[in-house]
Amino acid sequence: MLKVSDVTIRFDGAPALDGADLTVEDRSIHVLMGPSGSGKSTMLRAIAGLEHPDEGEIAWNGRSVLGVPVHKRGFGLMFQDYALFPHRNVAGNVAFGLRMQGVESAVIGKRVEQFLELVGLPGHGDRSVGTLSGGERQRVALARTLAPEPRLVLLDEPLGALDRSLREHLLVEMRSIFNQVDATVLYVTHDREEAFTIADRVAIIRDGRIVADDTPEGLWRRPPDGWTARFIGLENLCTSSRLVELGVHPPSEVTTTGVIPPEAIALSPAGAHVATVAGSHFRGGAYRIELGLGAGSTLVTWSSTGHETGTPVRFGIDTTRITWFED
Amino acid sequence: MRTRPWILLLGVVPALFLAYFFVYPLVTILYTGLVSDGRFATSAFVDVITDPTMRSVAWFTLWQAFLSTVFTVALGLPAAYVFARYRFPGRSLFRSLTLVPFVLPTLVVGVAFLAVLGPGSPLGIDLRGTIWAILIAHVFYNLAIVIRGVGVLWEQIDPHLEDAARSLGAGRWRVFREVTLPLLRPAILSSAALVFLFSFTSFGVILVLGDLNHSTLEVEIWRQATAFLRLDLASALAVLQLVGVTVILLIYGRAGRRAAEELPLRPSAEVARRPRTAGERAFIAATLGMLGLLVVTPIAVLIARSFSTPTGPSLVHYVNLFDPPRGSAIFVSPVDAIGNSLRFAIPAVMIAAGIGLMAAVVIVSARGRSGRIFDTVLMLPLGTSAVTIGFGFLVALDKPVDLRASAMLIPIAHALVAIPFVIRSTVPVMESVQRRLREAAAVLGASPRQAWREVDFPLVSRALAVGALFAFAISIGEFGATSFIARPATSTIPVAIFRLLGRPGTFGEAMAMAVILMAITGIAAMGIESTRGSRSGGV
Repeated sequence: MLKVSDVTIRFDGAPALDGADLTVEDRSIHVLMGPSGSGKSTMLRAIAGLEHPDEGEIAWNGRSVLGVPVHKRGFGLMFQDYALFPHRNVAGNVAFGLRMQGVESAVIGKRVEQFLELVGLPGHGDRSVGTLSGGERQRVALARTLAPEPRLVLLDEPLGALDRSLREHLLVEMRSIFNQVDATVLYVTHDREEAFTIADRVAIIRDGRIVADDTPEGLWRRPPDGWTARFIGLENLCTSSRLVELGVHPPSEVTTTGVIPPEAIALSPAGAHVATVAGSHFRGGAYRIELGLGAGSTLVTWSSTGHETGTPVRFGIDTTRITWFED
Repeated sequence: MRTRPWILLLGVVPALFLAYFFVYPLVTILYTGLVSDGRFATSAFVDVITDPTMRSVAWFTLWQAFLSTVFTVALGLPAAYVFARYRFPGRSLFRSLTLVPFVLPTLVVGVAFLAVLGPGSPLGIDLRGTIWAILIAHVFYNLAIVIRGVGVLWEQIDPHLEDAARSLGAGRWRVFREVTLPLLRPAILSSAALVFLFSFTSFGVILVLGDLNHSTLEVEIWRQATAFLRLDLASALAVLQLVGVTVILLIYGRAGRRAAEELPLRPSAEVARRPRTAGERAFIAATLGMLGLLVVTPIAVLIARSFSTPTGPSLVHYVNLFDPPRGSAIFVSPVDAIGNSLRFAIPAVMIAAGIGLMAAVVIVSARGRSGRIFDTVLMLPLGTSAVTIGFGFLVALDKPVDLRASAMLIPIAHALVAIPFVIRSTVPVMESVQRRLREAAAVLGASPRQAWREVDFPLVSRALAVGALFAFAISIGEFGATSFIARPATSTIPVAIFRLLGRPGTFGEAMAMAVILMAITGIAAMGIESTRGSRSGGV
């Protein structure tokens, strides 16, 4: 179990991490998600030992690792740009960590082939890394990171450099690979769909602090604040006065904002409310419908059918699904 | 990862080497030149700047350097453009060809142009002792600086920028003036500054092709020190030259920093394409023809004339090199000079590679200001002329121990000139061994020492080999400094060539010796190209 407690790192006085806390359970895939500049890569580098916290503690199974140099931590880190060694071939890259552990060369050969097979590149050991495609480089980097069987696998935007279709494909594959090797994983990304697809838990980082940490579904159902809601793609943030107009009353005086998940809004002739269709866009599988409520405010929902812009529609809200904040 | 302080200790060796063999001699020159009887007013420096002859030497030095620079840039720009933007058969061959003159020792360049433009020229002209011979030789020698320096940047300018300008209604010439030229400006300025510097401190070429009225400060320092034994005047001239060199280096440094700035847009793919119109093809053909003529003629004529005698082709000039020198019992035969040169080259390469590598490690580790200062200081021997270095040894190294008779001074002088080349070829590679690769090794369990052995060293060793070959080529061809410190028994190839040139009736032998020197340098240069070229993959 990895436990990061109250870690602060300052670069030239400005904090990149500002009292960040995070716990990664054994054999779980924990995603760290945040906008660029939020400190997520710094967090990863600090755990790997490539940055040194100014304050705070990083511990593995209750024992501090801060005094342990990078190469002795036993944490694997996969870089966004992969950082494959250009002077070694595929096998040489994958074997590197095993050689550093002093594993016998006969065993190394077998393990390399085994891991290349795991990532879907059997027999590619002799290839020069310069001749690989983007997806192949990603797989080699993954095999290189996993081969020494690190007790914690750190991944920095591992799919960031790939195009969308390849990304989705590899994402599913990576999840199954991690399960096969029982890896404990901390996965950094800025992409919500990627995070939700692979994660057991998702931590949200903002300005160097962890502001939320939950299962993907829990995060979606109970975002802790408006910023997080917006960041994970919940668009329907409403002021309490707007919600009162819709017949929904805040539970208390201090909760001034509510967020309605799109699936809590249903278009139906029997709905209690009326809106004008402000936009209707096919997004593959369903239509994204923007409901104009007047004065420029809109709600977003999904529908299996398209609607003509400008026409009135009726809709209902499942008020039990609304999350309230003190924003 | 933080820099481990012990790495900076490596800097002590290069620093001490530089302090004793470069700074101390330089300070001695300054003192000798500027102070006499404890006073500045009566010093040789005052004599020099009031002497009309010296003033005209200074003036000519500046003037020829300016013209050399203008002509080199004017010829280099179209060549850089052709190589950067067009693909055509023989492109890489032509590009390597343009680099040949730059690796040739300047004395060989001088002898080659003497063979083409001097007495007995196959063209039937004699331009020796005119500014024209000097200018042509300087353009020949320096063209590679402009083609490389500007060409590298030109390749990185996204043609889309030019397309955008054209679509906004700018004609070809406007596009060049308003888009391309401003983007190229820093590279043009820094290459021009370098060409100016090398022409300003030109020695071998001027010594062979110039005369008393066409002489540079560099030659004059040498003449005053070795022919008239006026060490004070020579020192004063050296001070004057140092002032000029400092100014040029400052300009070069500023232009270089701007040239290193990232371009806003970089092309994603190779920008060179096949020529499409007849006009483009004609332009390429004319440029290549001009380059071929300029580069090949002197080399071909030198080789041809080294084999020619009034009675037809023969090896007699080469055979004569085995004879002991006429009329002198103390000088070794020219062939022995080859052995001397090779013997000096080995320690020179070892010193330059060792100290250069240590310095490079420190420069890369000590990021920021201190690294930059160390870098700049170590580049100084490159800017300071070879003659100044040799002269400095002569005036300074008699104290505290008289080293001037030591043969080791020759490889040390060569190493001093070569160290900047070793640093220049290793530092960029070391810096490009991304920190990330080292981090990747650490994360995979490599200790810092293992990371250096497994990642840095394999990637850097090739660059170090390139630096060592540069050092070898420099040591073999170095003349300016060697001419001060070589004794008759320790003559090197260039010293032997110069002596053969000075004696009546041995021009053929001088050319033969120059061909041998050119061949040895050529082998080193091919080694450099192939070592560089086989670098696997982008780092």
